[in-house]
Amino acid sequence: MFDLVSFIPRAVMQGIPLLYGSTGEILTEKSGNLNLGIPGVMYVGGICGVIGAFFYEQAVSAAEMNGFLAIGIPMLCSLLGSLLMGLLYSVLTITLRANQNVTGLALTTFGVGVGNFFGGSLIKLTGSEVPSIALSATSAYFSKSLPFAGSLGWFGQVFLSYGFLAYLAVIVAIVASYVLNHTRVGLHLRSVGESPATADAAGISVTRYKYLATCIGSMIAGLGGLYYVMDYACGVWSNNAFGDRGWLAIALVIFTIWRPNVSILASILFGGFYILYLYIPSGLNLSVKELYKMIPYVVTLVVLIIVSMRKKREDQPPASLGLPYFREER
Amino acid sequence: MNKTLKFHISKRASLPWYKSWAIRGIAILAALVVCAIVTMLMTGENPISIYSTIFYGAFGTTRRSWVTIQELAVLLGISLAVTPAFKMRFWNIGAEGQVLIGGLATTACMICLADKLPNSMVIVCMIIASILAGAFWGFLPAFFKAKWNTNETLFTLMMNYIATQLAAYFIIVWEVPKGAGKIGIINQSTEIGWLPQLGNQYLLSILVVALLTGVMYIYLNYSKHGYEIAVVGESQRTASYAGIKVERVIIRTMVLSGAVCGLMGLLLVGGINHTLTTTVVDGRGFTAVMVSWMAKFNPIAMIFTSLLLVFLSRGASEISSVFGLNHSFADILTGIILFFIIGSEFFITYEISVQRSAGKEA
Repeated sequence: MFDLVSFIPRAVMQGIPLLYGSTGEILTEKSGNLNLGIPGVMYVGGICGVIGAFFYEQAVSAAEMNGFLAIGIPMLCSLLGSLLMGLLYSVLTITLRANQNVTGLALTTFGVGVGNFFGGSLIKLTGSEVPSIALSATSAYFSKSLPFAGSLGWFGQVFLSYGFLAYLAVIVAIVASYVLNHTRVGLHLRSVGESPATADAAGISVTRYKYLATCIGSMIAGLGGLYYVMDYACGVWSNNAFGDRGWLAIALVIFTIWRPNVSILASILFGGFYILYLYIPSGLNLSVKELYKMIPYVVTLVVLIIVSMRKKREDQPPASLGLPYFREER
Repeated sequence: MNKTLKFHISKRASLPWYKSWAIRGIAILAALVVCAIVTMLMTGENPISIYSTIFYGAFGTTRRSWVTIQELAVLLGISLAVTPAFKMRFWNIGAEGQVLIGGLATTACMICLADKLPNSMVIVCMIIASILAGAFWGFLPAFFKAKWNTNETLFTLMMNYIATQLAAYFIIVWEVPKGAGKIGIINQSTEIGWLPQLGNQYLLSILVVALLTGVMYIYLNYSKHGYEIAVVGESQRTASYAGIKVERVIIRTMVLSGAVCGLMGLLLVGGINHTLTTTVVDGRGFTAVMVSWMAKFNPIAMIFTSLLLVFLSRGASEISSVFGLNHSFADILTGIILFFIIGSEFFITYEISVQRSAGKEA
């Protein structure tokens, strides 16, 4: 029997990091920057949160922890870390006009390296006496759900059982969608991504929009990493556990054809695909489960192909995606 | 306070090759200094002993040197494979998957044909299968790019994970012993399907890649195909005006790119590891993109760029084991080097002139 009530919350929890990642990447791509460094940014967002929480937990005992600081410090660290990554990418691709693909891949290598290195060496470097990084006290603050969620049966379990970062993800996606489609700033941003030369001629500062979109996008994506460690993984950092979710977030951008609001449901769908293999009765044949894990990528590929075949104008990637802008070049 | 400094950026007409390489050299030097500082902060050692440790890690013993050169060969081979596509401005970031699928095809031949055919025939089948598999993985994105202009970066990215999951599936199908979740060394007792050793276990792949480097250099610079690739890369419109069939060039080049990746998969599985894991390529498909780009798509220059990255990563893992740090330290150093080189390209392509102008802009 397929247990939907237990399946949906798990799919949502898998989907939230993807939602953060894809919302951030959509904003970035709308400005014409294809940031393939998102997987790295999400790692850095996660590990910076861990470092912040680690020092806070070392400094005060669990009983004296202040809920506000316990959430605020890791979040600030995470945002700061991913902002730096976004800035690095922006300086290289916007100011120095470097190739976006190469810069993005380098950023991913670097970010994953930073995550795994500090995750693996934090204890050794700080010379503390804990056996492993398990920030259960901080995690408890992050994953605290509404007090009455448990008493509402299946409704509470499906809709109210998540930590605040999950709801924040949905809010961020809705706000991003609104800003992109219904405000002047969003219009300018889209014009920068579609045709920077035209935007420039209309008096829009291409550089400023690209910088802002990329940095804000990175910060949003970084929160995905933070959610993963603090809420989903209960504050336990293990190397490479975050896996290929960053790439999956980029896949999600295509799947939703650059729409953050579609991404809310799509990310849960992807999260469901990601754990579907746990729920499919396959008996002793474990190998089939590996094929189920292929589904998100195959589906994304099919969407990518269909979108390019139909050639509908509003479904296309931003026209200048991946291209640097130099005013004097024609 | 009306005077402001204004930077004016303009594209350089051309830069003599020695100047551009001097700029790159300075960037690498600066990167190595930053790497040393970062390492100092982490370990508290002085820079000289850090770099001697790095050097020891890469070339300290004969065996280490061989392994380093072999790693260099693998990275260089994959970089060579992606280069024709990049020269065409086709952003193939699917080398990871193309190599893996080549390795998977190799494994399939080694396991399924071991007791049906003599050793030499198995090896012939392996070569054909791996090249075909890689070529097919390269053909798909190229076909859709040529027909419907499907975004190749995202397409090839997805193909990586499809290849990974396919490999994961077959690894469990063929796992030895049942439930182990891995294949282990294939045909360990009979050594069927193991590529022959030349002198020692490292030399074969090194020679193959050396040959490949030369062939690729000639192909790109002195053949009609290479010229067509360059024209398509500069401007697809110019190419079609000149009578070049752009679609055909795109598909042909990507099939070639994928085929060489498949061949590298053959070397990895049949020649070096004799087993298949989903991480056998180990991110080198992505690193290859950067190696090729840093060398400006020049196969000879790629020898040096891949040497730089392999040297650092081998050295950094030596540092991590000496100081008990995590092995991902290598990735951080690689990242730093890459950022510097990526940034330095700006100063090669553009020149900055500082103009002093009285305030009051128009």
